Amino acid sequence: MRFEKKDILDIESLEPWEISMILDTAQGMKEISERPVKKVPTLRGKTIVLFFQEPSTRTKLSFDTAAKRLSADTHSISAGTSSIVKGETLIDTAKNLEAMKPDVIVLRHPSSGAPHLIAKRVKASVINAGDGIHAHPSQALLDMMSVREKKGKIAGLKISIIGDISHSRVARSDITGFSKMGATVSICAPRTMIPKGIEKLGCTVSPNMEACIEGSDVVMMLRIQKERQGSILFPTEREYSTLFGLNRDRLKLAQKDVLVMHPGPMNRGVEISSDVADSDCSIILEQVTNGVALRMALFYLVAGGSRHADSH
Amino acid sequence: MDAKKDIIIKDHLIHAIVDPEYVDPEYKDADPNIHIIDAAGKILVPGLIDIHVHLREPGQEYKETIETGLAAAARGGFTTVCCMPNTNPVNDNSQVTRFIIQRGREVGLSRVYPVGAITRGLKGETLAEIHDMKQAGIVAVTDDGKPVLNSNLMRRALEYCRGLNIPVFVHAEDTCLADSGSMNEGSFSTFWGIKGIPNAAESVMVVRDIALSELTDAPVHFCHISTKESIEAIRQAKKRGAKITCETAPHYFTLTDEDVKEYDTNFKMNPPLRSKEDRQAVIEGLSDGTIDLIASDHAPHSVVEKDVEFDRAAFGIVGLETSLSLALKLVHDGNLTLPELIHKMAKQPAKILGINNDIKEGSRADLTLIDPDHEYVIDPSTFRSKSRNTPFAGMKVKGDAFLTMGGGKVVYQRDGQSGGHGDHP
Repeated sequence: MRFEKKDILDIESLEPWEISMILDTAQGMKEISERPVKKVPTLRGKTIVLFFQEPSTRTKLSFDTAAKRLSADTHSISAGTSSIVKGETLIDTAKNLEAMKPDVIVLRHPSSGAPHLIAKRVKASVINAGDGIHAHPSQALLDMMSVREKKGKIAGLKISIIGDISHSRVARSDITGFSKMGATVSICAPRTMIPKGIEKLGCTVSPNMEACIEGSDVVMMLRIQKERQGSILFPTEREYSTLFGLNRDRLKLAQKDVLVMHPGPMNRGVEISSDVADSDCSIILEQVTNGVALRMALFYLVAGGSRHADSH
Repeated sequence: MDAKKDIIIKDHLIHAIVDPEYVDPEYKDADPNIHIIDAAGKILVPGLIDIHVHLREPGQEYKETIETGLAAAARGGFTTVCCMPNTNPVNDNSQVTRFIIQRGREVGLSRVYPVGAITRGLKGETLAEIHDMKQAGIVAVTDDGKPVLNSNLMRRALEYCRGLNIPVFVHAEDTCLADSGSMNEGSFSTFWGIKGIPNAAESVMVVRDIALSELTDAPVHFCHISTKESIEAIRQAKKRGAKITCETAPHYFTLTDEDVKEYDTNFKMNPPLRSKEDRQAVIEGLSDGTIDLIASDHAPHSVVEKDVEFDRAAFGIVGLETSLSLALKLVHDGNLTLPELIHKMAKQPAKILGINNDIKEGSRADLTLIDPDHEYVIDPSTFRSKSRNTPFAGMKVKGDAFLTMGGGKVVYQRDGQSGGHGDHP
């Protein structure tokens, strides 16, 4: 089968076979980053715009690195430097970018659906690098890649996701992705952070952290945003940590070969204890390594792969 | 009245209502000043009234003007509309009230009755000069678009308006609970990653204002009711004899949050499209009389406000030119009889405003001819409104206004020959 998608907007719009193809392609790309000369000419002459309307270090660098390893030219626009601050609408900015003939636009935006809005208006491929609280498909795909790499499969695994589900685009994409690939997903959070109807995305809501973790093959912790402390969602980091922090004792409830994951950036001592974060079961840094390979795969599939077979 | 009659209109008034055989067919030829409208197969009803529209003038003429808004009203079959005060400047003083009335007269299409603000600048802090605005011609007050969050201020507003004998229209929304949401809170808002607005954001304020109405013995009219909880609270209040009336809008009995297309801001309005159960409750509320009337909440916006990110888009959809067709579906589906529908779109609004639109000799000739069988597809490019923000584009509907008459003057007539919404003849 050929990968025909123009855009990568969310996990919902990807078929299981497309997800498998992305993960297979990414696995193949991984080796490039191990070479002494970490560059292949695959996307030479292609232009990739990194359009980030929200602060990001890791994701932006990961996309940038991925593009450069495939020899694409990258250009970066961020919130402070774009004409959006001058009052230009997102669609006008996107159309102006389009006029400069980029092949791919990577968009991060604080509004859910912003990538969907521009994808309809531009010929370039649009890759969603995180939209509001909606989706973060490349993160979910790299998470699936990391789990599959370690466990050899996704189907049949028990995945626990703990943290601020309401405000997490990572959680939404992971729940959708892992359940689509046959895993069982359970989530846990203060009730103030569990959105209505989340079960319909393909997960169960656990009554407490112990029940959530018990027998898990993968425990994924989400960052608790410090700025939410003292808001109406939870009283203190201390109390949050007591109820929902991952520590050695709690981790014992999981499978012996459990994988601990975190999309970063971590709050050590809040949602995850330092010893767990640095333990052998933690694959947090491997997630970051895989992120580059996964994003190389996305660029290749939308801009250089079978969709554009004639140009090779 | 359910009968076949001829109506003779003279000097803006209904001159006589007679049996068809009374008028000599040759009569027309005798006097070229007599104009005969063939209403065969059509239903004549009292001029429809939409008590909840936003005409945007003064201040936001790029969205709508009094002229385009009243043209849209005429096309929708409405001989009278009430315009909300959230213009710029706000209609919280008699000068703005007079301006709107003056412009409405100059335009000379459907009639416009302004609704004034409850509080100065719609800020929810101090009372506006309601008596002064009433002298200038307002028919009600509201802070529509915003609630009066301060319960004590709302109590005083109700008491004050009761003394002035002016109705208060309530935009029921606890904005703290709504928490900057953009669509109904539920599994669909979770799916799209859009911040949700819970049903309770509406119903807690409905319950509060029922209590304040009972405390002050002042009537309260609730705008655009959308949830089953609000409807049940109003049903119970009415049973107790509270002076409560309410309206809903066609989108709340036509669509649900399930229909919200991928980040399509034409499905974004406040209150938001609710769940299937809420839609069902709205239909039941209309059927059993809990919901007194239908108003469109016509809220024109330009692409500047709508062709943007969903959470940044303005709330609201246009409704004047789709309201009647969507409401007629209630009749086609057997949820209301046609007389019941006309009651909710013509008689009840008139009662709340204290005006008379009866079809009887000597009354002002504000009349609407409905063509109940006319099937067509809603096409926003034909709208007379300046704005096109509707979720109903492409929807097949049955029945619409064939002719609208304001004060004896034909202000809209559909081109019956083409079968579509052609230009004004």
